[in-house]
Amino acid sequence: MTQYSRDQIREIILDALGAIAPEVDPSKISPDRPIRDQADIDSFDFLNFIIRLHETFEIDIPEKDYSELLTLNSAIDYLARRCTENG
Amino acid sequence: MYEFRMPSLGADMEAGTLVEWLIKTGDTVNRGQVVAVVETQKGAVDVEIWEDGTVDKIVVETGRKVPVGELLALLRTPNGASSAAPEKSREDTTPQSVQKPTITNTESLHSEAAPVATLSVRQRVSPSARKLAEERGIDIASVQPSEAGAAISRADVERVAKMGASGSVTAKPIPPDWHSQMRVAIAAAMSRSKREIPHYYLATDIDVTRVVSWIESENLKRSVSDRILPVVPFMRAVSMALNEVPELNGFWIEGESRPSSAVHLGMAISMRGGGLVAPAIHDSDGKGIDQLMVDLRDLVTRVRSGRLRSSEMSDPTVTFTNLGEKGVEGVFGVIYPPQVAIIGLGKISERPWVEGGQVVVRKVATITLAADHRASDGHRGGLFLAALDRLLQEPEGLR
Repeated sequence: MTQYSRDQIREIILDALGAIAPEVDPSKISPDRPIRDQADIDSFDFLNFIIRLHETFEIDIPEKDYSELLTLNSAIDYLARRCTENG
Repeated sequence: MYEFRMPSLGADMEAGTLVEWLIKTGDTVNRGQVVAVVETQKGAVDVEIWEDGTVDKIVVETGRKVPVGELLALLRTPNGASSAAPEKSREDTTPQSVQKPTITNTESLHSEAAPVATLSVRQRVSPSARKLAEERGIDIASVQPSEAGAAISRADVERVAKMGASGSVTAKPIPPDWHSQMRVAIAAAMSRSKREIPHYYLATDIDVTRVVSWIESENLKRSVSDRILPVVPFMRAVSMALNEVPELNGFWIEGESRPSSAVHLGMAISMRGGGLVAPAIHDSDGKGIDQLMVDLRDLVTRVRSGRLRSSEMSDPTVTFTNLGEKGVEGVFGVIYPPQVAIIGLGKISERPWVEGGQVVVRKVATITLAADHRASDGHRGGLFLAALDRLLQEPEGLR
């Protein structure tokens, strides 16, 4: 299991977002507001976002955890914790 | 000899630019094959052919703007009998197919019969490419990505900048300003709808606890990439309920109701940055949730990358909108002419619900129907919503 720093996790999240919403400027994403609202992401885009994170971090992300991935900061917290658990 | 003509990809389409031929003289083509790419007011569309045969002659060269109904190519057909047949879309399901066979003026046929199925397909642009284009004074709309479906990158902008400097002209058509074109298309379709269609509106609150729990438990068993979006069982139930009230599924053409025997569910898919398309999932009433999810994924992916097919644009028989996922309680839709109904799924939220004299908390959604009063009455619309409620209470039946 690869270990990731919080900065690396942030980078990966923003890359995943950029692949889905290329017109969004990552520096404008406010870390404590819902990503879906800021990037105008629908449920289909959000599922693709989760799939990308699942593939990169090689962790399963159950639906009940989606609420922990709503903002950039909460997503970093969640993924940092999950990667440590698995590692 | 079969005459392949410029199809109409929406009631407001008058012409399209032939961007690319995917066939050449002598090629064998099959029914349903994508044979050309046409740039419309609403973006590039893969155009299918609905005959088997051999390409006899390409009549129109690429780069030309061609009116709807004009001859594009000639096809030698195996039996040669369909010479006078008008260009038609999927068999027996479109309004075209119920036209009198003697009509050969495809232009009038299409402009009257083809539903407004789509409004825009948008090219994705990376922020740095957009910035570079601004710096160089290049209209970002004139830049094409290096491969179909990709976002426009800085390299693509550089390429156009170089071509401009050396005086060469890009061979691809330059789409005009995307936003204003899209507004023109939406304005035309929606004005026609409100001018011609006497809408009636119905709403009903439905307890969706069972169907939501069912999908949650299904998704627990599935890997991330096989999960079903919550909207999918609703697509299934809507398609099945339409079979019970067929006058909501089809078209109003030339003063009469023309129900469709097949259900091609037009899915309203919003575009990033504004606008929407509502392309069809074909024969949605015969598909289970797994197939519907596969089809939805395919459709949304191609909407995002700008590669829809002509049949998807021209033959939805009804529209379904899931605006509830943006948080609205209920959506009172505007019908896409010549369709006769639009169904809206509102936000799914926990609400107090009375059951057996007790107040309980249930997951509830407001589901709405806007329908054409010329084609159906409120009573039938009510029966449709009741059927939908009944189907949603037995989610296993939606599999």
